[in-house]
Amino acid sequence: MKPLRTHKGTTVSIMLDNIDTDQIIPKQYLKRIERTGFGEFLFDEWRYHDDRSPNQSFVLNNEERKTATILISGHNFGCGSSREHAPWALHDYGFTIVIAGSFADIFYNNCIKNGMLPIVLDDAIRQKLVTLKGDQEIEIDLEHQLVKTPFGNYEFTIDSVWKDKLLNGLDDIAITMQYEDKIEQYESVRV
Amino acid sequence: MKKTLFDKLWEQHIVTGDEGKPQLLYIDLHLVHEVTSPQAFEGLRLSNRKVRRPDLTFATMDHNVPTENQLVITDLIAKQQMDTLRNNCQEFNIPLADITDEEQGIVHVIGPELGLTQPGKTIVCGDSHTSTHGAFGALAFGIGTSEVEHVLATQTLWQVKPKSMGVCLEGNLPKGVYAKDIILHLLATYGVSMGTGHVIEFYGETISNMSMEERMTICNMAIEGGAKAGLVAPDQKTFEYLKDRRYTVNSYNERLVDWKKLYTDKGANFDKEIFVDVSTLAPYVTWGTNPGMGVRIDEALPTIKDENDERAYEYMGLQPEITPKEIPVQHVFIGSCTNSRLSDLEEAAAYIKGKKVNSNVRALVVPGSKQVRNAAMKQGLHTIFIEAGFEWREAGCSMCLAMNPDQVPAGEHCASTSNRNFEGRQGKGARTHLVSPVMAAAAAVHGHFIDIRKEQTNETVTYA
Repeated sequence: MKPLRTHKGTTVSIMLDNIDTDQIIPKQYLKRIERTGFGEFLFDEWRYHDDRSPNQSFVLNNEERKTATILISGHNFGCGSSREHAPWALHDYGFTIVIAGSFADIFYNNCIKNGMLPIVLDDAIRQKLVTLKGDQEIEIDLEHQLVKTPFGNYEFTIDSVWKDKLLNGLDDIAITMQYEDKIEQYESVRV
Repeated sequence: MKKTLFDKLWEQHIVTGDEGKPQLLYIDLHLVHEVTSPQAFEGLRLSNRKVRRPDLTFATMDHNVPTENQLVITDLIAKQQMDTLRNNCQEFNIPLADITDEEQGIVHVIGPELGLTQPGKTIVCGDSHTSTHGAFGALAFGIGTSEVEHVLATQTLWQVKPKSMGVCLEGNLPKGVYAKDIILHLLATYGVSMGTGHVIEFYGETISNMSMEERMTICNMAIEGGAKAGLVAPDQKTFEYLKDRRYTVNSYNERLVDWKKLYTDKGANFDKEIFVDVSTLAPYVTWGTNPGMGVRIDEALPTIKDENDERAYEYMGLQPEITPKEIPVQHVFIGSCTNSRLSDLEEAAAYIKGKKVNSNVRALVVPGSKQVRNAAMKQGLHTIFIEAGFEWREAGCSMCLAMNPDQVPAGEHCASTSNRNFEGRQGKGARTHLVSPVMAAAAAVHGHFIDIRKEQTNETVTYA
C-alpha cells in the first residue's frame, strides 16, 4: 500500500445521500477474481447508457471534472453491501479522497485498507466545496488533519492508528503477525 | 459494573489493545463465499501465507449459483468464481458446502442450520448480511475482502468498539404483520443510518415471543439501518434450535453453561435506545430506492422533501400521494437471506393455497438452502406453489442481487422478500418493493399490493 501523507487535487461532487455500493459498482462486475480494473465500471449505471455510450448528464463525464481525484458526497456514503470492489473501483478510477457528510462503517474500513482517505465534513463546508471549479485544487494534509481550500482550512478527525497506517502505507497483516504470541495465548485459553 | 450483552461479547474476544483504539479481536467463525474471497486467497498466495485456522472457517457457494438447474452454469465468469473457491478450499484445507452438497445454501441460512452459528461466538463473513447470525447472541458482522484475507491469515481483526443501541419491542404483532414489517417500520421511522457506529440489541416481549427465524429476519436487516451488528440475547428457543445440529451435537451440554451467561445485565445502559409498540403496526411496502423509503399499506406515498426523494420517485416511476395498492407488480421474489427459511415458505404457501398467480406476474420461490428446500418438499409446499403458478427453484441468493440469471427487467416492479431496493439491485432499471413473504404472495395473486389484513379478516368472516 502506498503511503498517503498529503494529497492535492481537483474535486467532483455527487451530493445525494445514501449512495450505496450497488451504485458505486454494480454486481455484474463482482464476478472478477482480480482486485484491479474496476475503475471503468465505477458508477456504471449512472455513467453509461445501455449502449455503453457515456451519459453526458452524469457529472463524471463532464470534461472539466474528468481529472478529479477528490469525490464530495452526501450522508451515509457507501451504505449497503460490504463489497470492497466499491473502494477498488473508486481508487482504480483515480479517487484518493472521499469527503462526505458521513460514511457507512464497512465502506469506511474498506477505504483505509486500500490507501484511500474518507473524510467527514459537515454540510455547510461541503456546500462550499461544491462550488469549486473543475480546475480549482484543494489540498488534504493527513499529518495535520486539515483540508486546505480557497475558503479556508478545515479540520477533520481520524483514529490515530488508522492515520498511522495510511501515513506509512503499512500492511495490516504484517503488523498483526507481530502479535502472534498473544493470538496463540488467546487460543490456548479460549478456543 | 453492569454490562450489555454486546460488552460481554466484545470483552471475551479481545486479544490485545485498549478500549477507544482499534483492538485485536479473535474471530471464532469465518464464513466464506465465492464472490468476496478470490482476491483474499490470491493475497495469501502472493505473500506466501497460510490459513491460520481452516477448522474455524467454512465456505459455500450462493451469490451467483444458478437456481433453475444448478448443474448447468451458463455464465462462464460466474463458473470461474465457483471453480476458484473450490480450488482455494482444497488448497487451504477449508470445509466447503459445494453446489452439489446437501448442505449448500445461502451462507446466512446454512450457518445456523448446521449449528456453526452459536451464542457467544464472533462471526464474520465477506457479506454485509452477516448481521443475521446475531439472532443467536453471536457478535456477527460483514467485512471487506482485505479483512477476509486478514482473518484467513491471523484469525483476528482490528476493530474499534462501536457504541451500543437498544431497540425494545413490546406488544403482540397484529394478524398479517410480520417480523419483516417491524424492521421496515424501524427503517422508515428512524432512517437508514439509525444504527451507524452502533451494535443494536433487540429485546422485549415481542422478541421473546418470536421464533429464531423471525429474529434472524430482524437482525439480517440491522445492516440496512447502518448497524455494525444486530443482536438478540440467547434464550430457551435459541438453545432448542441448536440442540441437535451437526456442529453442536457433541458439545451441546458443555456449551450451554456459557451460553446461559449471555444477556444484558439489569440496569446496564445502552448509548441510545428506541421503544416500539408493535401492536399498532401494519404491513409495510417500500416505494423508493433505499430500505428506509417505506410506508404502511394503508398510507399514501410521502411528498417529495429533497433531491433524494425526487430521484427515487423518478427511478421508480411513481408519484407521491398514491397508495401502495396502486403499484402494479410484474414480478414476485420469495427468497434471500432475509426471508427464505421454512417458516417464510410455510406462511406464503398457506396464503397461496388454492389461489392462482396473476397472469401478468412472474413469481419465483427460491429456498434459502437445500435443507429448507427438502423440508418444504416433504410438506408438499412445492406442489402448492407450482400449482398456483410459481416457479420452484434451487437454493441460492438469486434475484435478491441478480448476480445469476434471475433478474427483473428495466422499468418493471418486483414485490421482493429480500433486503435491498437499491437502484439496479435486481437488474438494471428494476424497481424493487420490499415486503413480507405473505405480502409478496398476495401481490403475486392480485398483480398489485393489497392489504392482507383485510383479506385475511374477510376470510375469517366467510368461514364463521
